Amino acid sequence: MREILCFENVSLTYQADNGEVEALRDINFSVAEGELVSIIGPSGCGKTTLLSLIAGLEPATEGRILVAGEEVSGVSGRTGYMLQKDNLLDWRTIYGNVILGLEIHGMKNSESIRYVEGLLKMYGLWEFCRKHPSQLSGGMRQRAALIRTLAVKPELLLLDEAFSALDYQTRLVVADDVYNILKREKKTAVIVTHDISEGISMADRIIVFSKRPGKISLDFRVEFPSSGEALSPLKRRNEPIFREYFNKIWKELDVNV
Amino acid sequence: MSNTFESSGRREYLYNKKKNKIIVRVCQVAVLVLVIAIWEIGARLGFIDSFIMSQPTRVLRTISNFQNNNLLMHIGITFLETIIGFSLGAVMGIFIAMVLWWSDFLSKVADPYLVVLNALPKIALGPVIIIWVGAGMQAVIVMALAISLVVTIMEMLNGFKNTDTELIKMAKTFGAGKLQTFVKIVFPFNLATLFNCLKINIGLSLVGVIAGEFLVSRAGLGYLIVYGGQVFQMDLVMTSVIILAALAALLYRLIVLFEYVVMKAVSNK
Repeated sequence: MREILCFENVSLTYQADNGEVEALRDINFSVAEGELVSIIGPSGCGKTTLLSLIAGLEPATEGRILVAGEEVSGVSGRTGYMLQKDNLLDWRTIYGNVILGLEIHGMKNSESIRYVEGLLKMYGLWEFCRKHPSQLSGGMRQRAALIRTLAVKPELLLLDEAFSALDYQTRLVVADDVYNILKREKKTAVIVTHDISEGISMADRIIVFSKRPGKISLDFRVEFPSSGEALSPLKRRNEPIFREYFNKIWKELDVNV
Repeated sequence: MSNTFESSGRREYLYNKKKNKIIVRVCQVAVLVLVIAIWEIGARLGFIDSFIMSQPTRVLRTISNFQNNNLLMHIGITFLETIIGFSLGAVMGIFIAMVLWWSDFLSKVADPYLVVLNALPKIALGPVIIIWVGAGMQAVIVMALAISLVVTIMEMLNGFKNTDTELIKMAKTFGAGKLQTFVKIVFPFNLATLFNCLKINIGLSLVGVIAGEFLVSRAGLGYLIVYGGQVFQMDLVMTSVIILAALAALLYRLIVLFEYVVMKAVSNK
């Protein structure tokens, strides 16, 4: 299996007005092609920072990060980043929104356009192309945001609490939706969440981070043996083993109020 | 939503809404008609001194006499000066705001100066402007520019800086540079701010133009007002003021129309 993401002894320390903050300490892990990895950890453990490093938004203090075999040295089309909100531009149509990345990357050629139009048709947004984001439901908007990210054909997707702005019911459905799209498009993704259930339901593998400075404290594969084919996130939640995974992570997080 | 069937409650609601709208409109017109009527009747009956107050029929006579008093030329000049001063103010203001948004350093350095310049009554610069650029149309235009420029810079810079940071981060994750971020996110995000700013500026530019014409005293409606006042021709003063009001309304409408056209073009992308 090809390695899509590789962390080699990565540490990050940054300077703040009230002193030096050690955000990440000696992180080592790799993600294989097609794997969906959930990163779970308490707030402030450097989960979002980790994604910023992968996306090339900021440099690591030590170590190196490889995406699809190349060292990260800035933002590139190899990673696609989804933030907490869908961040669709109100003044653009859905079509105008999904091609934004192509515009920025300067790859608005007929091949890319055909690919995007294919995605829009495949995932039921084609008839909403001329509509504006405010005319769509939260789930549809999230789907449009995902297509905008997929449009630039990233090797690796980064989801940063991508559903946390949605209400609970929508969130469950959208997680299902996104999972299916990611699997269908055979994408590799790192999903950052503080929601343990969401993390388990969407992942092939789970990495648990400890409190600051962020370190990997647990790294294991999730399997749902009861079925022949892959279960959707919503169905996974009903499996007995789901509870076991939940407790395992809960114990590790050692939540204190 | 279907419009084929309307309940009686709905019909009544719509009817009342429409009725209210018509009543407001009728009252608006009535106020205008009433003021003009009182003014005219008062002048005729003698309890309003038409020498000091002028009177509607005399204003109409002055307007219909436009060939002798060069009224059209003066209106044209005021219109032109306002449009030029306003456009320069808008373009330069947006550009400077963009530069200051671009460079946090420049913006921090410029901040106290902007605050002081904003508070300074720009009309005080009138004599200086006339000496620097010469007593003519150019001085009037600079005056209009001076009045609208600082406000534009401050308003637009404030808008640019308050652009949703999540949207900017999103653009960055796609590898957008500063220019792309500005063109694709920051500027369109602030279109509403821009048009609010322009609506205020068109009025401010007119203030600058009239003040400039008072000082330069060569041509334009401002000149006519000063001249009419000096020779005690209140007909001319009142006519100019009324035309000025109409001009202000027209310019404002033009901005609203421009806004409509731009918003429509942008949102169809």
